[in-house]
Amino acid sequence: MIRPHRRHPLWFAFILHRVSGLALALFLPAHFLMLGSVLEGAAALDAGLAWTDNLLAKIAEFGLVFLLAVHLFGGLRLMALEFLPWSPAQKTMAAASVALAVLVSGGFFLQAV
Amino acid sequence: MSELPSLHVRVWRGTPEAGDYAAYEVPRYESQTVLDVVSWIQQHLDGALAYRYACRVGMCGSCAMTVNGVPRWTCRTHVGKVAEDGNLEIGPLANFPVIRDLAVDMDPFFEKWVKAGGVFHAGATRDDPVAEIDPAAETRQIADAGIECINCAVCYAACDTVAGNPDYLGPAALNRAWTLLNDAKDTGRAAILEAVTGDGGCHSCHTMGSCAAHCPNGLNPLESIAGLKRAAARSFFGKGS
Repeated sequence: MIRPHRRHPLWFAFILHRVSGLALALFLPAHFLMLGSVLEGAAALDAGLAWTDNLLAKIAEFGLVFLLAVHLFGGLRLMALEFLPWSPAQKTMAAASVALAVLVSGGFFLQAV
Repeated sequence: MSELPSLHVRVWRGTPEAGDYAAYEVPRYESQTVLDVVSWIQQHLDGALAYRYACRVGMCGSCAMTVNGVPRWTCRTHVGKVAEDGNLEIGPLANFPVIRDLAVDMDPFFEKWVKAGGVFHAGATRDDPVAEIDPAAETRQIADAGIECINCAVCYAACDTVAGNPDYLGPAALNRAWTLLNDAKDTGRAAILEAVTGDGGCHSCHTMGSCAAHCPNGLNPLESIAGLKRAAARSFFGKGS
């Protein structure tokens, strides 16, 4: 339950940035594990990559790309907010970062399936 | 008497040690404010109800409370805009120690104004000529955008960073510091920057924007805090103090 005082666009942008950052941090060990498997030879890496070659994994990867993109664009918005002259269009920029993330991750998904 | 169905009002009653919401039935009127509701309860049902107000016209910043989960200035909050199916839940402002019922201790809030360098740093005496200020100057316009703060503490109560970090100076104090930083008559620029860049200063802000979303006067403390961060960065890189 989101408390009433938090129900506004910039708070949702804040929580999305935090949650996406946390989720990406949790994913990183799996990412390094997969990359590290190449040390055991190409076959080990290929076996790992083959395991991801199904629709469920593609959907998960779509989510991952969305998290990465929304964290990237949200981070750029925050840096612009802190270092560039103030813009009153903060809600628009937060919405644009989500829209761009949907575009990037959607493009990835369409190409992957 | 009122033709409208009465309001079901729950008001937080208690001391810092213990308390709970008490239920009241309050007659509904046209153009009734939340402060009217609280005053009616105090005048007709329970004279011991503790709450705070003064001007009743949105100038003094005394009457802020939590109304249905949102911090608001109650004197200018119409019941018709916030009651949910005739229900109102009125509590003390969040992020403050409760004195009793709806009255909170504002001392931590104002102490942080001082801690943020919010006391005017005079550079002239009464014997000096009055400084000429160009109203069209960019810095004056920036300062003007923030000086209508009425110290109601709605932003402070809405801020989750304040809730999680007791040392955080909060949106109102930082907004005050930003207005002074842009005031040509204030001579404490270095002191202000030092005050707002320490522990709990402007860099503790997580940019949630609840301060700007809920400020009843339409001010934007988030913009002020971003300005302080820019000023601090410029100072750090030697681009002006």
